[in-house]
Amino acid sequence: MIGLARHWREIPQRYRYEAARCDKCSAVYFPPRLVCSKCRGREFTKTVLPQTGKVETFTVIRVAPTGFTDEAPYAVAVVKLDDSIRVMAQVVDCEVEKLAIGDRVRLEFRKVQQDGEAGAICYGYKFVPEA
Amino acid sequence: MREVAVIGVGMNKWGELWEKSHRTIWTEAALKAIDEAKVDRVDAMVVGCMSGGLFVGQEHLGALLAEQLGMGPIPGTRVESACASGGLAFRQAYLAVASGMHDIVLATGVEKMTDVDGGAATFALSTAADQEYEGFHGVTFPGLYAMMARVHMQRYGTTREQLAQVAVKNHAHGSLNPNAQFPMKVTAQQVMSSAMVADPMRLLDCSPVTDGAAAAVLVPLEWARKRSSGPFIRVAASAHATDTIALHDREDMAFLGSTAKAAEQAYKQAHIGPSDLSFCEAHDCFTISEVMVIEALGIAERGQGGKLTASGYTALDGKIPVNPSGGLKSKGHPVGATGVAQVFEVVEQLRGACGARQVKNARWALTQNMGGTGASTVIHLFERV
Ligand SMILES: [Zn+2]
Repeated sequence: MIGLARHWREIPQRYRYEAARCDKCSAVYFPPRLVCSKCRGREFTKTVLPQTGKVETFTVIRVAPTGFTDEAPYAVAVVKLDDSIRVMAQVVDCEVEKLAIGDRVRLEFRKVQQDGEAGAICYGYKFVPEA
Repeated sequence: MREVAVIGVGMNKWGELWEKSHRTIWTEAALKAIDEAKVDRVDAMVVGCMSGGLFVGQEHLGALLAEQLGMGPIPGTRVESACASGGLAFRQAYLAVASGMHDIVLATGVEKMTDVDGGAATFALSTAADQEYEGFHGVTFPGLYAMMARVHMQRYGTTREQLAQVAVKNHAHGSLNPNAQFPMKVTAQQVMSSAMVADPMRLLDCSPVTDGAAAAVLVPLEWARKRSSGPFIRVAASAHATDTIALHDREDMAFLGSTAKAAEQAYKQAHIGPSDLSFCEAHDCFTISEVMVIEALGIAERGQGGKLTASGYTALDGKIPVNPSGGLKSKGHPVGATGVAQVFEVVEQLRGACGARQVKNARWALTQNMGGTGASTVIHLFERV
């Protein structure tokens, strides 16, 4: 469901985990934004997100939206990256029934959506068990 | 600012209304409210609709629906705030009357959700989340609330059974509401064995997909007083607050900050607190939502919403009934209409017109309408005067 230009714009985040760190208060934003919500600072320095972390919460999607129906059931988690912020992504290469809060995971480059409205394959990140 | 009263409300039975179009269900509700208010004109109309575009392929609803009223070229405004669109429409109508800009304003909400299939409806609803950083990964609304539920359960010990009690209570209330889409009673066992949608949210934890509309007529309170002897339903407070759109950006994923903020403002405007409420209509899009909403409203202590629900405190015969209408769970959840339908219930209750589901001695009522995972909340307080 994602057009080509729209996906292309997000490539620095989806392929390279590029985030922005506020120069004044060190808050990290992913994706980068123009104003810091914590201190209203407008100067940022590019930073790359750490690629390992811990599951803070998760679910297993059994009734999927258009574009994902062939993949259900699949797990989606909110992961607190080590010494950094939280991100949301699917957790794959695991037994969804055994997933638990506190599980260690790492980011991997994967195909996320196929054959969107523009016919493009959208790549991005998914989590896999760390070990 | 002028004091504002609601003098007419309208809605019909909600459900899968295949034989009726988006504009017809809207107009039926609007005319009911106008007829009940006994007004011969409307100065402006506001409609809350989440996604005419994705559900029926129709935008420009301000003009399209204003035309249906047959009242000439009045200003018609469509507002959108996901599932809080209806509450926001009511707030804009309130502001228009309170400010003195207009005297008679029609606040409405509508959603026609069953013209598309389940996958398309799930997708349309998912656009209320962050499309690029949540939706992109295939998460759904049941999935997002499931993740909130899991944090709440782990941190506070909220149980599966306590969540189920929200559905049991609201379906029991809805069984007394002739407008409810799913008026059947359910047991905790039925909730806990219904089909899994997004672990741990099951089918009976979720509000349904619904076609429906609701409407209300707002006028200056002084204007209403000149026409009749009352009692009147006064809008005592109007508050609106926002939070991060993405769940994972929220400081606390098990607390509804926008609801807490809007509630704080509303109580301050009306000079009351949560213990003064006779009842409330809350946004129970999922069972966990109601648990978290009553905590953010200050009806329950933080983390105790599940336990308080299971104790019967929020049942029709409890201390502060929550969702005497049956809530989104049983009455249905045509997303853009929900916030206005909450006002419909409050007005009917404060008039004492609710029959078997009447809340005793109702004087103060609160409506809480929420968009996304709580990225926006609209709260109104009402008083019978
Ligand atoms: Zn900063």
